[in-house]
Amino acid sequence: MADGRAAAKRPINPRLWLSGGWLLILVVAALAAPLLAPQDPLAQDLFASRLPPMWQGGSEPGFPLGTDSLGRDVLSRVLYGARIALLVALVAGSCTCALGAVLGLIAGYYRGWADVVISRLIEIWMAFPPVLFAILLIAVMGTGLTSIIVAIVVIDWTRFARVIRAEAMTQGAMDYVASAKVAGRGRFGIMIREILPNVLPTIVVLLTLEMGIAVIVEAILSFVNLSISTDDPTWGSMIAEGRAAIHHSWWVLVVPLITLFLTVLSFSQLGEGLKDHFDPVLR
Amino acid sequence: MTLIRIILKRLLSMSITLIGVAVIVFFIIRIVPGNPIAMMLPPGAGEEDIARLKALYGFDKTLPEQFLIWVRGILGGDFGTSITSRQPVMSLVLGRLPATLELSIMALVMAVMIGGTLALIGTRQRGGKAEALIDVTNGVSLSVPDFLWGLLFILLFGVLWPVFHISGRVSPALDLPFVTNFYLFESLLRLRFDIWLDLVSHMFMPALALAIPLAAIIAQLLKQSLKETMHLDYATLARTKGYSENHVILREALPNAILPTLTLVGVQFTFLIGGTVIIERLFSYEGLGNMAIDAVINRDLPLIQGIVILFAVIFTTVNLLVDLTYALLNPRLRHG
Repeated sequence: MADGRAAAKRPINPRLWLSGGWLLILVVAALAAPLLAPQDPLAQDLFASRLPPMWQGGSEPGFPLGTDSLGRDVLSRVLYGARIALLVALVAGSCTCALGAVLGLIAGYYRGWADVVISRLIEIWMAFPPVLFAILLIAVMGTGLTSIIVAIVVIDWTRFARVIRAEAMTQGAMDYVASAKVAGRGRFGIMIREILPNVLPTIVVLLTLEMGIAVIVEAILSFVNLSISTDDPTWGSMIAEGRAAIHHSWWVLVVPLITLFLTVLSFSQLGEGLKDHFDPVLR
Repeated sequence: MTLIRIILKRLLSMSITLIGVAVIVFFIIRIVPGNPIAMMLPPGAGEEDIARLKALYGFDKTLPEQFLIWVRGILGGDFGTSITSRQPVMSLVLGRLPATLELSIMALVMAVMIGGTLALIGTRQRGGKAEALIDVTNGVSLSVPDFLWGLLFILLFGVLWPVFHISGRVSPALDLPFVTNFYLFESLLRLRFDIWLDLVSHMFMPALALAIPLAAIIAQLLKQSLKETMHLDYATLARTKGYSENHVILREALPNAILPTLTLVGVQFTFLIGGTVIIERLFSYEGLGNMAIDAVINRDLPLIQGIVILFAVIFTTVNLLVDLTYALLNPRLRHG
C-alpha cells in the first residue's frame, strides 16, 4: 500500500483545482444568473418551442442552448437551476453534517445507552431504501424547498453518524484522551476540545461528499415530480422533461445532465482531494 | 456452537430492526395529507359510503388499533388490501418481486465481472499506465451515482446509437408462456432464447447503471488486497518456485484476498437493491420500486407499507447472509 500512496500523492493538485474551479463557476453562475441568463427562465413561448442549440441549423439567436417543448430557454433554466442546486447542497449538506456528527460523537465517545439507541436507529435507517424513504417524506411534508432539505437531513444523517462514531471510538481510546482525563478535563470538554478537532478532517471530507449527494437527491425528487413546483427551473425537472422529449429534442436532457454530472463529480473529487490532503494529519 | 450463537444474535437484532421499520413507516404514512378513501369514491358519494369504505379498510379505528391489526396480519402472511387495485398487497408485491430480484442479481453479476476483471488487470500491470487508467476510471465511476449513469446510457444507447430498449421489462408484442414471474430464468429453462434476448436487451442498461458504482468499489478493494497479498512470503515462494505471475495472482493471491471484498460486496449489494427504486422508474421497468413510487403518488397506504417492509426484509436478510458467509469462510471465527 505504501508504494501506491506515494504515487497517488502527485495528482492531488489538478484534482482540487479542477473540481474547485467548476464549483466556483457554478457559484458565479448562480449569483449572477439574472445578469447572465439571456431569457426569463419561466417565460413560455410556444412559437419558439424545441429550438435546437446554436451550432445546429434552425436555431434562433437569444437561445444559445435551444428551448424545451414549452419554448423556455435551456441555458437560462440551467443557470437559475444552479441557485436551487447550490442552496440545497449548502443547507442540506451542513444540516445533515451537524445532526449526524453530533449523534456520531455522542455515540462513539459517551458509549453506554446513548450508543445503543443511536446504533439501533442507524441500523433501522439502513433497512429503508433511501430513495423510497425520501419520496415518502416528501409525500408527507408536501413539495417545496424546505421539505427537500428536511428529507435529505432525515435520511442521510446516518452517513455521518456511522463514520464519526467509529472515529470517535478510536480517538477516545488514545493516550491523549487519557491524559486529558488525568488533567481533570470533564467528558464534555474532552469531546469538544480533544475528540472533535481530531475528527474534523473526516467531517469536512464527508460534508463535501454529502453536498454532491444532496444535489442528486434534489434532482431525483424533481425527476419523480415531487420536488419544488414543476415550473421552477431545477436540473431534475429539466431532466424529467428531457427524458420525456428525448426523441425530438435531446438537448433538453443533455445540458442539465452534463451540468449535474460535472457538479457531482466535482464535489466528490474535492472530497477525495481533501482526504489525501488531510491524510498526514490523520496519521 | 459459536456459529449458532452468531445466528441467534443476528436474528434477534434483525427482528428488532424490522419492528422499528414497521413502526416508523406505519406512523409516517398516516401523517400523509390527502384522504385515500376520498380518492377512490366517485364524486357525489354520500357520508354513508365513505364510512362503509373506511370500515372496510379499518381506517375507522384508532391508530394503535390499526397498527396492531396490521402487525397481526403480517405475522399471518396478510399484508392487507391495496386501495388502488383492490387486490391483496401480498400477491401484488410478490408478483413484482421477481422482476426486481432479476434486475438486482444481473447487476450484481455484471459488477463482479467488471470489477473483478479490472482488479486482476490492475494487479498484473501494477505501477504501469493500465493501473493508473483503472484508478482514474474507478474514481469517476464511484463519484457518479446510478441515476446519472442510467440517464447517460439512455442518451447514448437508447437514442444516439439505439441498440437497447429504454423502457419496460419485455416487448409487449411477445407472447409469454410463463407460469412464474422470473421471466429471465424461466425463458432459459424453456429454451426460449428469443424472449431471453428481448429481456436482456431491456435489462442491460438499467443493470449496468446499477452495476457501475459497485464494480468500481470491487475493483478498488480487490486490487488493493491483491497487491498487499503479492508482497507476502507465500507469493514470493511461489514465484521462486518458477510459477508465472498469472498463476501467482489467480491461484495464490486471489483466494486469500477475496474475503474482505466479499463482505463489502454484501453490504454494497443492499445499496444496489435500494438503487433499483429510481432506476426502475427511469427505465419504466415494472418492478417493486416503480410500483412503490406509484403507490406513494396514489396514497395507497397498505401497498406502501407492504413494499417498505419487504425491502427491509431483503436488506436485513442479505446482511445476515453476508455475516454467515463471512463466519463460515473465516477460519478464525469458525473455530473461535
